[in-house]
Amino acid sequence: MRKDIAQKIGFSFISLCMFTTVMFLFAIIYFIGSRGIKVISWEFLTQAPRNAMTAGGVAPAIVGTLYLTLGAVVFALPLGVACAIYLNEYSPKSYIVNIIRLSINNLAGVPSVVFGLFGLAVFVKFFGFGVSILSGSLALGILVLPVIISASQEALLAVPYSLREASLALGATKWQTIRKIVLPAALPGILTGVILSIGRVAGETAPILFTAAAFYLKGYPKSIFSEVMALPYHIYALMTEGAHPEQQTAIAYGCCLILLCLVLFMSAIAIFIRQRQRSHYYG
Amino acid sequence: MDSKTIIMEDHPNCVCSPSDAVKIKAQDINFFYGKQQALKNINLDVLANKITAIIGPSGCGKSTFIRLLNRMHELVVNITLTGRIYLDGQDILGPCVDPVEIRRRIGMVFQKPNPFPKNIFENISYGLEVNGIKNKEFIEGRVIESLKKAALWDEVKDRLHDSALKLSGGQQQRLCIARCLAVKPEVLLFDEPCASLDPISTRKIEELILELKKDYAIVIVTHNMQQAARVSDYTGFFLLGELIEFDKTEKIFKAPKDQRTEDYITGRFG
Repeated sequence: MRKDIAQKIGFSFISLCMFTTVMFLFAIIYFIGSRGIKVISWEFLTQAPRNAMTAGGVAPAIVGTLYLTLGAVVFALPLGVACAIYLNEYSPKSYIVNIIRLSINNLAGVPSVVFGLFGLAVFVKFFGFGVSILSGSLALGILVLPVIISASQEALLAVPYSLREASLALGATKWQTIRKIVLPAALPGILTGVILSIGRVAGETAPILFTAAAFYLKGYPKSIFSEVMALPYHIYALMTEGAHPEQQTAIAYGCCLILLCLVLFMSAIAIFIRQRQRSHYYG
Repeated sequence: MDSKTIIMEDHPNCVCSPSDAVKIKAQDINFFYGKQQALKNINLDVLANKITAIIGPSGCGKSTFIRLLNRMHELVVNITLTGRIYLDGQDILGPCVDPVEIRRRIGMVFQKPNPFPKNIFENISYGLEVNGIKNKEFIEGRVIESLKKAALWDEVKDRLHDSALKLSGGQQQRLCIARCLAVKPEVLLFDEPCASLDPISTRKIEELILELKKDYAIVIVTHNMQQAARVSDYTGFFLLGELIEFDKTEKIFKAPKDQRTEDYITGRFG
C-alpha cells in the first residue's frame, strides 16, 4: 500500500513539472501569437519599413535572417562534421586531443557577445569583409560550431562499431568506411545538430550586432558583402529606439511571431530531410 | 611454390598429408593486449578446401586468433604481435603488405549479423565499389551470383531494393556471407557465425559453409562443439591462449591426446 502511494506521489510530481513546462511554452506562443498576429499582413511580410519604422513591413529583416542562418550553417556544418570525424575516428587518444575536446566544450560556454566582438575584430576589420552577411555568418558559424561538433560526435558514436569492422573486412579503406558507411548512418543525428543550430543562430542578436546587422535598410542585400537587417536585431531596435513606442512595440511582436515561424519552418525542412534519411536506411 | 614447401617442412604441428595445400600458416604467434598475453606460441595451418574449426571456452583467444589472420587486430591500440602469418607463402604481417588488400583476400563473417543500413543490393555491391569496380552490369551479375552462392537469392530476388535490416537474423547472416563472397576472397573466416541464430537458421548456415568448402579455405570459431564436429575437417582446441591440440576433427572428438581436450569436449568444464 505504501509503495503504491509513493508511486502516485512520484507520478503526480512528474506530471506537475511536465505541465508547468508545457504551460510556459503555450504561454509564450499565446502571448506572442495574439499580439503579433494583429500586425501581420501581406504588406508586413513583403514590404520594407516606412515612416521611421512605424509602418510598412519587415521583409528585409526576414530575408536577412534567412541569409545569416543559412550562411552560418554552410560555414559551420562542414567544419564541425570534419572536426567530429577527426576527433572520433582518426585522433589517437592523447593528451592534446583531450585539450581539443575541452576547448570545444568551453567554446560552447562563451557568451555570444564575445563572438560579436571577435567577429568585428577579425572578420570585419582584419579580413576586411566589413559589416556584411559574410562577417555575420562567420561569427554565427563559430558560435554554433560546438553544437554541431558535439551533435556529430554523438551521431558518429552511435554508429555501431560492427559496421566499421564489416566494411574494413571487405577491403575498404578507413576513409571509404567513414565516407560510405559511417557518415550516411550518422547523418540523421548530424541533422539534429543542424536543427538545434538553426534555432540558436536565427535568434542570436549579439554576434551580428557589430558584424552584419543594420538598423534600417530600404532594400534587400545585394551580395554577401552587404549589410543586412535581421529580425532579432530589428526587434531590439524597435523596443529601444525611435519616437513611436506604441506602434513600434506592436511591430516588434509581429517580428517575434515571424521569427518563431521562421525557425519552425527551417527546422521542419531539416526534420523532413532527417526522416527521409532514416527511412531510407532503416525503412 | 618453393616457399610453400619450405614452410611445410619446418612446421612442428603439421598434420596435413602432403597433397593438401596449406592456405594460411600461422607460425610462433604470440600476442599481447597491453601486458597481458592473449596467445602463446600458436602454430596452426589452414588448408585449402578444408574447414578448420577453432573451439575452446570463452576468453581462450579463439576470436583474437582469427582476427590476426586478416589483420583486423590492428584496429585495437596497444597490442604486440610476434610471429609470422603466411598466406600462400607470403608473409602478410610484413611492413610492405597492405592490410586493406589482405582483408579483401581473406573475408570475415562476424558473430552478430552486421548488414549495412542500406538495401540488399547495395550491401553486396559495396565491397565491389570500394575495390574500384564501376561496371554496373558486372556488379549486378556479381551480386546475383553471390546471393545464389549464399543460398539467399530465392528469398530476396523480388526485394533487392528493400532495406537489409528488414531481413530475419538468419537471412542477415547469409547476406553478410554473400557480401564477403562478392569480393572473391580466397579464405573465409567465421567468428561464431551462428551465435545469435535459431537452430533452423544455424542449420542453413552450416549447410552453406559445407557447400562453400569447395571453393574456399574456411576457418570457423565456434562455442558449439557439435557444430565443430558437424562441419569441420580439422579442429584446434584453444585454452587460455594456448593451442592445446590440433588434429583431424574425428581424432579430436573420438581420441583426443590431451586430457584437457577430453575434459572440454566431454563437457567437464567450459
